[in-house]
Amino acid sequence: MSDVSLVVNGKAVRGTVEDRTLLVQFLRENLGLTGTHVGCDTSQCGACVVHVDGKAVKSCTMLAAQASGSTVVTIEGLAEGSELHPVQAAFRDNHGLQCGFCTPGMIMAAVDMIGRHPAGLDEPTVRAELEGNICRCTGYHNIVKAILAASQTMAAGGGAASRAA
Amino acid sequence: MYSVSYQRAGTIAEAAKLLEAGDAAALSGGMTLIPAMKTRLSAPSTIVDLRHIPALKGIRATGRRVTIAAATTHAEVAASAEVKGVCPALCHLAAHIGDPHVRHMGTIGGSVANNDPAADYPAALLAMEATIVTNKRDIAADQFFKGLFETALEEGEIITAVTFEAPDQAGYAKFPNPASRYAMTGVFVARRSGQVRAAVTGAGDDGVFRSAEVETALSRSFDPAALQGVSVPAGNLMGDIHASPEYRANLIVVMAKRAVAQANG
Repeated sequence: MSDVSLVVNGKAVRGTVEDRTLLVQFLRENLGLTGTHVGCDTSQCGACVVHVDGKAVKSCTMLAAQASGSTVVTIEGLAEGSELHPVQAAFRDNHGLQCGFCTPGMIMAAVDMIGRHPAGLDEPTVRAELEGNICRCTGYHNIVKAILAASQTMAAGGGAASRAA
Repeated sequence: MYSVSYQRAGTIAEAAKLLEAGDAAALSGGMTLIPAMKTRLSAPSTIVDLRHIPALKGIRATGRRVTIAAATTHAEVAASAEVKGVCPALCHLAAHIGDPHVRHMGTIGGSVANNDPAADYPAALLAMEATIVTNKRDIAADQFFKGLFETALEEGEIITAVTFEAPDQAGYAKFPNPASRYAMTGVFVARRSGQVRAAVTGAGDDGVFRSAEVETALSRSFDPAALQGVSVPAGNLMGDIHASPEYRANLIVVMAKRAVAQANG
C-alpha cells in the first residue's frame, strides 16, 4: 500500500491506496472527481488528461503513488464558482462538443496548450497539439474554433485568464 | 492492473539497491512500462521510480558537448535553448515523440533503455555517435543497441545520462504511424568533418541500424539530390499490417532526403 498525498484543485488530500492504483482511479474513486474520464485506458485518447505540477498528463498512465507530493488540477478545478474558465466558456460558445465524453480532457489539454503558447495559436498548431486527444464524434472543427477563441480571450486578459491553471 | 510494489528512489545508489530485488523494473516516465504492465507484456513485481532523483534531471551544454540527464522529459529536450543552439534536429525529434501529454512524462533515458524498434531517440544517438552513461560505465551507441528491445544494459544497470558532441549538421525526418505516432520509418542523418552517418528506426527487423547505401550517397554529396535513384535492400526490413518491407525501403530514402533538406536548413 502507498500513502498518497496531493494538492488537488487547491485542497490537500490524502489516501492510502494499493500501489497499482492509477492516478485517474484515485481522482474518480477516492476523491469522487468523476469529471476526469477514462476513455481508452491505453494512453491514446486523452479523456483522462489532468495537470500534474502544471503540466498536462494522461492520468490513466500514471500511478497515484508516482504523483504523490504533486499539485493536481482537474476539470473541476477550472471554474470559479459559477464563472466558467475562459476555455470552458469558449467550448460552450462555439459548441465545441457533441456527446461531451472527451470534453474534460480536451479542455485540460487546451488550457495547457494555451499556456505553452503565450504568443498565440494558429489552426495548424492547435490541430497538431491535439494529437493526444481523440473525439469519437469527430467534432474537431468546433473544438479547434473554441481553443482559438479562448486563446484570444485569454491573451486579451479576459475571463479568468489571470488564474489559468 | 495486477498487483505491484512501488518504490520511490531518492538517489541513484538507492535505486540501484532497490533494483537488486528479484524481478524489479526501473520506472522513469512510465509511458511504455505502465501500458505494457496493463496488458501484462511486462509484469515486474516491483517498480522503482527514478523520476524524483535530482541527479537524473537537467541538460548541460558546453561548447558542442551536450549532456542530457536520463530523466529529462521529451518536452524539456524539445524546449531546450542549449540543445537548440548546437543541435536543433534533436529538439525537432523530441517535439514529435507521441503527443504533448506523453512528452511531459516520457524521458530520454526510458526511451533509450527500452530500445523500442520504432522509437525516435535510438536513431539520433546511433547517428551522432553518442555515449550512454550508466551508473557503472560509459557505453558507445554503436555497442549499446542490440536488437528488438535489447540493449547492452546489464540486470539492474541504470542509465544516468546520454552525452554527445553535436555534429556539424544533423536532421531527422519520420513517417509516423497515424495511430501510435511511432516511426513507421525514421531517419537521422549527422554530418561530421565530411563524414555522414545515417541511422534508421521503425524499419529494421532487428531494431535501429545504419544504412550503408544512404551514408555512401550522402558522403559524396550532402544533398537530397544525391539520394536520387538510391535503393535500399528490403531483405532485413520489417513488414506488418502498416507497411511491407519494400514500402519501408522506399520510405528510408524519402525520409533521408527530408532529413538532409532539414539539416541543410
